[in-house]
Amino acid sequence: MTTEALPAVKSLAIDKPFNPWRAMLVRLLRNRSAQIGLVILAFLLLVSVGAPIIATHDPIDFSDPNNVTRTPPCIHVLGCPADQPQYLFGLDGNGRDLFSRVVYATQTSLFIGVATVTFGIIVGTVIGALAGYAGGWFDNIIMRFMDVLLAFPSLLLAISLVAVLRPIIIGGGLSPLIPALFAIGFVAIPVYARIVRASVLSIKEQDFVSADRALGVSPARLLFHRILPNALTPLLVQGTLGVATAILDAAALGFLGLGQQPPFPEWGTMLGTERNSVFNAPHLLIFPGLAIMITVLSFNLLGDGLRDALDPRLYR
Amino acid sequence: MGQFLLRRLLLIVPVLLGIIFVTFVIVHAIPGDPCSAMLGEHATQAVCDAFKERFGLNDNVLVQFGRYAGNLLTGDLGTSIKYGRPVGDILLERLPMTLELSIGALLFAVLVGIPLGIISAYRHNSTLDAATMVGANVGVSMPVFWLGLLLAAFFGVALKGSFLQLPTSSRLTAGVTIAPLATTWNLQDLQGFSKGVVTFLSNMVTFNALVTGNWKVYGDALKHLILPSIALGTIPLAIIARITRSNLLDVLGLDYIRTARAKGLTERVVVFKHAMRNAMLPLVTVIGLQFGGLLGGAVLTESVFGLPGVGKFLVDSIFQRDYPVVQGFTLAIALIFVFVNLIVDISYAYLDPRVRLS
Repeated sequence: MTTEALPAVKSLAIDKPFNPWRAMLVRLLRNRSAQIGLVILAFLLLVSVGAPIIATHDPIDFSDPNNVTRTPPCIHVLGCPADQPQYLFGLDGNGRDLFSRVVYATQTSLFIGVATVTFGIIVGTVIGALAGYAGGWFDNIIMRFMDVLLAFPSLLLAISLVAVLRPIIIGGGLSPLIPALFAIGFVAIPVYARIVRASVLSIKEQDFVSADRALGVSPARLLFHRILPNALTPLLVQGTLGVATAILDAAALGFLGLGQQPPFPEWGTMLGTERNSVFNAPHLLIFPGLAIMITVLSFNLLGDGLRDALDPRLYR
Repeated sequence: MGQFLLRRLLLIVPVLLGIIFVTFVIVHAIPGDPCSAMLGEHATQAVCDAFKERFGLNDNVLVQFGRYAGNLLTGDLGTSIKYGRPVGDILLERLPMTLELSIGALLFAVLVGIPLGIISAYRHNSTLDAATMVGANVGVSMPVFWLGLLLAAFFGVALKGSFLQLPTSSRLTAGVTIAPLATTWNLQDLQGFSKGVVTFLSNMVTFNALVTGNWKVYGDALKHLILPSIALGTIPLAIIARITRSNLLDVLGLDYIRTARAKGLTERVVVFKHAMRNAMLPLVTVIGLQFGGLLGGAVLTESVFGLPGVGKFLVDSIFQRDYPVVQGFTLAIALIFVFVNLIVDISYAYLDPRVRLS
């Protein structure tokens, strides 16, 4: 009797402590748009990691042995004659396999999105934390400067930055992607700086922080243990949505010829080089464009889902 | 209200100075010799010296900044290296196109987005609501230039010959021209600022055709604006539809709406007179913020549709390293964006008394 009753009593007595992260995760996984976003994102990650296996041809070095270009997709199971070579998305203007290029470009775009946002968050956090922590004229100058950067349409500022950086960096033999990466990361800084500064200001005067300071806790520890955890939620939401914007902006720069350069596969660059084929070989524009749209969509959906799941105001 | 206006205008001064500073720094941050950066590595020493002398590049940086800011105050935006023409003159030619396109896109976004948002909120959870929200998510995820290319392929090629065929490039059909307003109105001897205004309005083809009653040109210009406006307006449309819907949903759940219904008002009065007034407020800000994105997106749209606006010229100037043009155009667009935000803030304060009192 007593042995049977024990487990029930035990589970009552040692209730699991409330774990906010777990609660958030549960809410996130129950959110419809987050679910869809995560599934697409998982698929994209799989494609980018597995690109060497998934791609049917080399994305750069392969070109069709018959010297044909811009042929439409040829898929054997869908009725394409078996004596013709199979190209899932057709061939591009240089006889390269479009499918393999689209697959490999997933790596480029995901890298651009994550790298630029990481850069923006790190620099923005340092700037925002310094401004909020120091206060006074320093805060004023820094934040007014952030306002000025926000006064430029972001794509336009990125274009001007690339304009200036391009000749130097390409002249120095570095990847043409670097000016675009820097420009997109740079224009994102003010958004994150504002978030972190607001978070610093909101907790700076609270008792537990004053106590920490009285105890002589270092500013760095304050930043990492007190301020950043408070800013994490908005940073996560904004960062996820920011990846979507960054991928769109990178594609735009690529389209204008200011991003990744051919022959390296990048969706925007592929659209830019084949833009005149829209009438006679539309597949060259449909597939890379769809790839951009799906990737951006997944980050947007995940960002929306994160916002709904992480915003405690909605659950009070 | 007067006090609010004054404070808001004063706040803009540091932002303007900052914008001038940033556009100056962008060009002067180019490391190394500005001459070889702008004229290319093969420029001879003599050409370089003359170039530096002409653009005052030998002076102290602070002197250069002072001169740059001072010139801006007199309306001098610098001189294009490639064309040897004042950047301001090029802007007067190019900016009207970009503004026409941005306004067209914004009109499309507002006129379609707000009704869609209202219907989705009113028929909450219906098929139409679900479709609109899926459409809105897809809409914000589409690259502007890609949508533009697809629209051009569909309306320009697939529908070729049908009455739905729409022009996919340039501003007017070849052969269709319109006289400058200065000629039409006999204002050739205008000088300075007023001349600039007339040139600007004259280059705004739809405006020019409208005021001179030239309906043939007006129709042609509008037709050329349809596809670019749809391409550029889709992202703001999606955002506006989403925000209209969520704001209206919030408001429709409030007590005063229940009261309005309980006292027997018709649904039309409840939605449009009671609910929309409050739901519209945050929309004003959103629409204003979209304008900045539109100006950036216009660069891409112009490039796709071959429209002679600032965007295409800006990108060409980047490849030609015509930095004064890059500088002047960036500055002009940022100024427009700041100005639009100012108007938005003022109208917001006008619409919502709480803003100007706080």
